[in-house]
Amino acid sequence: MFVRMSAAIAAICFLSGAVLAQGAKLTDPQIAHIAYTAGEIDIKAAKQALEKGHSKEVKQFAQDMVRDHEAVNKQALDLVKKLKVTPEDNDTSRSLSKQANEKYAELGKLKGAAFDKAYIENEVAYHKTVSNALETQLIPSATNPELKNLLQTGLKIFQGHEQHAEHVEADLK
Amino acid sequence: MLSRCAAAILGALLLVPAACVPAAAATIQITMENLEIEPAVASAKVGDTIEWINKDVLVHTATARNGDFDVTLPPKKTESVVLKKAGTVDYYCRYHPNMKATLKVAP
Repeated sequence: MFVRMSAAIAAICFLSGAVLAQGAKLTDPQIAHIAYTAGEIDIKAAKQALEKGHSKEVKQFAQDMVRDHEAVNKQALDLVKKLKVTPEDNDTSRSLSKQANEKYAELGKLKGAAFDKAYIENEVAYHKTVSNALETQLIPSATNPELKNLLQTGLKIFQGHEQHAEHVEADLK
Repeated sequence: MLSRCAAAILGALLLVPAACVPAAAATIQITMENLEIEPAVASAKVGDTIEWINKDVLVHTATARNGDFDVTLPPKKTESVVLKKAGTVDYYCRYHPNMKATLKVAP
């Protein structure tokens, strides 16, 4: 069971890595859309954890995720408004959402400690994937300096959350 | 004349206590901005006040690894702590553990 689950997680990490690493140079409106979507996905996952989570620590972590990603996405919306950029949906955003929806359904079948474990494992993997995409693709491709700055802050947030999730994961064991 | 005299005496009275007090306690400001703690290494003395200024839209904490302090910093807020113990304290943000800094407190 656990082996199958980690294999599934590995497959998802591999997939998202591949999706995010692929090809053509992204435009600022696309980058803004991807970054915003990445935050929304984590908020949705956290809300699921607030409902289904078992341990106090996992719920607290989920609460932290909602708070941070909502705050940053608000900043992102303010910035795109100021820059008069309309975020543009794209293949990367769509595959991120598709994978996230699959994960959401998968986690929805779990309960109690099994849910907590799977949620936190996915949080570690997800934040790692997004950090990597920000670092290697989104930040280098962004042309507007203010957008680039916000993405750089976003990278530190995702890296921070990844470490936070690793701490929670270690405590669950 | 009298009033000038009084002013001089008053001035002297004000000066004396100030000169007698040991080194005045200082306030040291440390900012948290874009998930960076600046300065990353700060020096202070026992009795000084540390003022953490959170310029981010996120909640941060200044959490000492040795348990000496654990300050929660709401977005765009400043919180302070008066240092009571000497020593070198490493601290971090519980919500973003990649935010790390050191406080060197002299006796």
